[in-house]
Amino acid sequence: MTTSTPPAVALDGIWKRFPGVIANHDVTLSVDRGTIHAIVGENGAGKSTLMKTLYGMHRPDAGTVAVNGTDMHMKSPADAIAAGIGMVHQHFMLADNFSVLENIILGSEPAHRGVIDAASARTDLTELMRTVGVTLDLDTPVSELGVGERQRVEILKVLYRGADIVILDEPTAVLVPEEVDELFATLRRLVNDGTTVIFISHKLDEVLQVSDAITVMRQGTTVASVAPADIDRAGLAELMVGSELPTPGGRTTDIGETERLTVANLSVVGADGRLVVEDATFAVRAGEIVGIAGVEGNGQYELCTAIIGLRPATGTVIVDGDDISTASVRDRHDAGVAYIPFDRHREALMLNSSLWENGLLGREASPELSTGPLVNIGAARSSTRDIIDRFGVLTPNETVPAFALSGGNQQKLVVGRSMITEPAVLIAAHPTRGIDVGAQAAVWAELRDARDAGCAILLVSADLDELIGLSDTLLVMFDGRIAAEVDPDDVSPAILGGYMTGATTGAAS
Amino acid sequence: MTDTATTERPTGLSGLLSRITTGSNAGSLRTSLTTVASSLAAVAIALSICAVLLLVTGKSPVDAYSTILETAGDSNKLLEMLRRSTPLIFSATAVAVGFKMNLFNIGVEGQYLFAALIAAEAGSRVSLPAVAHIVFILLVAMAAGALWASISGILKVYRNIHEVISTIMLNYIALSVIQWLFENFFRDDTVEGLNVKTTIIAESGQMPDLVDGRLNAMFLVALATAGAFWVLVYRSRFGFRLRASGYNPNAAEVAGIGARRMIIAAMLISGAIAGLVAMYSVIGETYAYGPSATPTQFGFAGITVALLGRNHPIGIVIAALLFGFLDSTSAVLQLADVPNSIVKVMQSIIVLAVVVVNEATIRRLNARTAEQMRAQTDSGEAS
Amino acid sequence: MNLLQRMPRIVTIMVVFVVTMSVVRTWTGFDDLTSSGTIGATLRLTVPILLAGLAGLWAERVGILNIGIEGMMILGTWFGAFGAWKFGPWVGLLFAIGGGMIGGGIHAISTIRFGIDQVISGVVINLLAFFGVRYLSELAFVGQPQGGISQSPPQSSAIGRFDVPFLSGGRIGGWTSPDILGNLEERGWFIIGDVAGIARGLTNGVSWASLIAIVLVPLSAWILWRTTFGLRLRSSGESPESAESLGVNVIRVRYQGLLISGAFAGLGGGFLAIVSSSYYRQGQTAGRGFIGLATMIFGNWRPTGVLGGAAVFGYSEGLKLVAGNSITGLFLFIAIVAALAAVTGLVRASMRRTLAAAAVVAVAMLAYLTVDEVPESLTQSLPYVITLVVLGTASQRLRPPARAGVPYRPGSAH
Repeated sequence: MTTSTPPAVALDGIWKRFPGVIANHDVTLSVDRGTIHAIVGENGAGKSTLMKTLYGMHRPDAGTVAVNGTDMHMKSPADAIAAGIGMVHQHFMLADNFSVLENIILGSEPAHRGVIDAASARTDLTELMRTVGVTLDLDTPVSELGVGERQRVEILKVLYRGADIVILDEPTAVLVPEEVDELFATLRRLVNDGTTVIFISHKLDEVLQVSDAITVMRQGTTVASVAPADIDRAGLAELMVGSELPTPGGRTTDIGETERLTVANLSVVGADGRLVVEDATFAVRAGEIVGIAGVEGNGQYELCTAIIGLRPATGTVIVDGDDISTASVRDRHDAGVAYIPFDRHREALMLNSSLWENGLLGREASPELSTGPLVNIGAARSSTRDIIDRFGVLTPNETVPAFALSGGNQQKLVVGRSMITEPAVLIAAHPTRGIDVGAQAAVWAELRDARDAGCAILLVSADLDELIGLSDTLLVMFDGRIAAEVDPDDVSPAILGGYMTGATTGAAS
Repeated sequence: MTDTATTERPTGLSGLLSRITTGSNAGSLRTSLTTVASSLAAVAIALSICAVLLLVTGKSPVDAYSTILETAGDSNKLLEMLRRSTPLIFSATAVAVGFKMNLFNIGVEGQYLFAALIAAEAGSRVSLPAVAHIVFILLVAMAAGALWASISGILKVYRNIHEVISTIMLNYIALSVIQWLFENFFRDDTVEGLNVKTTIIAESGQMPDLVDGRLNAMFLVALATAGAFWVLVYRSRFGFRLRASGYNPNAAEVAGIGARRMIIAAMLISGAIAGLVAMYSVIGETYAYGPSATPTQFGFAGITVALLGRNHPIGIVIAALLFGFLDSTSAVLQLADVPNSIVKVMQSIIVLAVVVVNEATIRRLNARTAEQMRAQTDSGEAS
Repeated sequence: MNLLQRMPRIVTIMVVFVVTMSVVRTWTGFDDLTSSGTIGATLRLTVPILLAGLAGLWAERVGILNIGIEGMMILGTWFGAFGAWKFGPWVGLLFAIGGGMIGGGIHAISTIRFGIDQVISGVVINLLAFFGVRYLSELAFVGQPQGGISQSPPQSSAIGRFDVPFLSGGRIGGWTSPDILGNLEERGWFIIGDVAGIARGLTNGVSWASLIAIVLVPLSAWILWRTTFGLRLRSSGESPESAESLGVNVIRVRYQGLLISGAFAGLGGGFLAIVSSSYYRQGQTAGRGFIGLATMIFGNWRPTGVLGGAAVFGYSEGLKLVAGNSITGLFLFIAIVAALAAVTGLVRASMRRTLAAAAVVAVAMLAYLTVDEVPESLTQSLPYVITLVVLGTASQRLRPPARAGVPYRPGSAH
């Protein structure tokens, strides 16, 4: 597209190196004013790094950034804000105990001699909300808002500062479909008022639906700029991946007859007294992978932690015929329940400890790794070396501290630690989250091998391709209940989406 | 999800503690050397700050430091150093047990004074053969210390009260309870004058001297305790769980290490060791508890020694010897017209400097490790 | 912010307190429970704890734990006494503030600049202050008349006190106005006598320094919740990442918060050395820095709450000081309050609450009927026991700043 006015944002020849990594090289981007411009790419393609450059969070090693035709040398987000750029981060940056009003005006408070002029802030914000078409109670603490509302607060924050270029980093990752529609309507309205929107995503359908122009990134650089009318989903995916989408393969072995994990009428009460898991009943047989689909926060986390014994629950959990409903975490572990946690940094790793100590965690009581009350360091180290070799953890040796590993290698260590004990039941929560394609394939292969060896696997994931590709049975969780059981060979993401959002209600298992 | 290792490493106390695990890191020798060098540098910085302080206040740092150095040649002073380091080793070890799982036992003061009173009273009421009598008293002291410490553990586990607040409050409560018990029940009324005490412990319960009148065998018990601490923390399964709970409590819980049990266990062990702090005096010197005879303030001193010794038993022993030595010089300093309270100021500044320098060193070491790893594995993950 | 919403609750609490106290006083005959003497002592003893609590509040509102308040108060006592001895009491208070700010500054540098653990830094500051002022005393006070290593020479002048005219017999010009409250108190009428005693305690012989300290409560609330500075300050304790992403200089705000915290603690120390007494003495703070932290917690990190918490401690200490034998009356007070709680528990059909309250009634009544005299050694520990009890029973409803105690490095936002 050529216009007489200079582009809102023009990046040329941007390079950004981090120690040992070239995150961006030779990036070129031109965003026209008053358009929605999507930037697509896989995890790790360098999108976030690029946006941080544009938002002044770090300076590029080479290349130029021009805003509305003027070359910029931004040193901090404050410079970006002054240039009319605003950013809505993927992880919301909100103070939970502050009201909506306080969150929005913070840092740009209307004030008279240092005293906040709350009345004028209120007037301005009401007017702003009217223009953008959102409604929020300004006095509600943010802690009481839902995800979609929080995102609206973030957008208002940016607009309140007079931004006419708004960057949204993966804004739809946390939203349910209706909220996505509302977000897109809001963005449309903004663009019609002359605002420029830069929208980062890897969800191709959304990108094709909402954007005016698309730039594709791959392996740290921009590889193409296309108009949505000129390309379809498959073409876009090919630009993104370079070849074609990785498809998880089918299975060649049979599912066993015996139920290794049986969950009956499991309910969990949340902090606010509401049921966060309601009457969950299902079984996983030997050699079977049961997938759990659902928008995050619909009880998957509580279900998994209740099964491993970390959270009080009512109902029955049976593993290989043993009723472990009231057993401790350790006893359930000893009964053969292994767990790949949702968040490896929070729940799995001691980042400052060596790999072998991390490999030992949870297994320190096993006879082969201890001598009486003492830890058998030699055995622990060699066991961790086994994990490193078998799961391809990229590290010089087992004495390296865990923080030094890349995310993918950390995840392989966590997966390896859970699987090397050959558990009867494996609860795998987001086993490939945030890791690169190669590590993802390795983890998938291990899950299939364990399944073929007779392990019963409960797989929780947000990645529908992963769920559909690996699962033999698929359960959908919505609002704490198992809303549907579907056959992964016979379901489209569209149908699944209906159950996940509660739009369709099906036969609960 | 972004995986930049530089932002995810915990710093602060956990970072400080994590580096101390011996023999677990690549290039651990160089790491240890670096930490030792940085500690020495920190002590040097602290001494310079004190020199400036002395100068500003019109005293001569040269006089002060040369007096301190001369003391080092005096064998009596060295025995004095060992004697004074004994309670510091116990106190610091007690604090370090808690630190290993990020638990701040600021209540060693109250725990050891309570234990001293109970053990002295119990020891004076039984008659047992020589060794058994001493062992009995030490066990009572440990039980009493553990009992007092367990209150904080229980309050944390069941009422979610931060142990920093509860141990501080319990220090003051302990003083009241001790005074009440002593005045009403345990005081030896036959003793006249100001130096009131509990009943003197029979000879069978008195700790033998290593050097007559200058050093008793509690020093050896202190060294043994430091050794036991090492085995417990770095070699035992319990120690592994303790450290795991400190490094990442959530991961430890997921791994089946119950936080509540660990908190209670850590407080009990910490309190039991704390119970021994004043024993060098109670069964080695005065053979009784007395409000003015039993030494105070070792609880807080123990925190500084543990920090200086980086919660490692060898470090703690060295730090305790250093502080014991500095304490032993105060009388001589006064003779050289230097206010001897400068010794305590010096100790505080040393600790502050060591903690600050440690923090910086760890940050640098961590950054270097991460960078070396990147270079070695050459895994280029973007963003 | 929601002062208006909270007002009725505060009023309810006060009415319940006064009525119950009045009942207890009439029942037991311990007239000192609500006498102006007790309340006056309460006010004097409340102020240092209040200032320590506000010191904790200002620090935690920017996101930093301040275990070093005790040490900063010690610096306040020493520098305050020194300044007052040399230059008079008002300059002394300024010195005290300055001394506390030195402590706050050290805490700021070590935790913010060097990132060392906040609890460790606080503990070390306590030790440094304790021994540091000993060293300073050796230089400044040893050899002075009545001075020594653990005590300063006495000050020659003190900060003035005032009586409110007409209420408590204050003077207008040369004329002494009637002491209306004093007269009412002497009659000892049910409730009226108690209200008069309490009011007279708060209006008679009040130090100007106490007045300043009390004014600091609404002032703190106003600054923290009404001004730009306050909003930014609190944002550092709630979500420093978002604050930084919006251009707030989190580091600077944290330094400011800790310096203010140190100033409050120092002023509290100065009050002890200049108003409560007329000299510095080693151990003068007696753990008030720590009690201040406790009042901050059960004051729910709000200035008015801190004032309430500090008043509870001040009262228990004041009563002990003025009329130690009246303390058994408090058992009856606790029994009545617990009985009220049991009744509201029944109304709200909360079985657990009713049973717990009933148990407290039983224990307190038993204590009232059997205990003639609480040993002096044990009453000393009362404030500390109360702290633990309050923390143990109220900690679920507390709302601390989300990020208090969590270290923050600039640029760590993603």
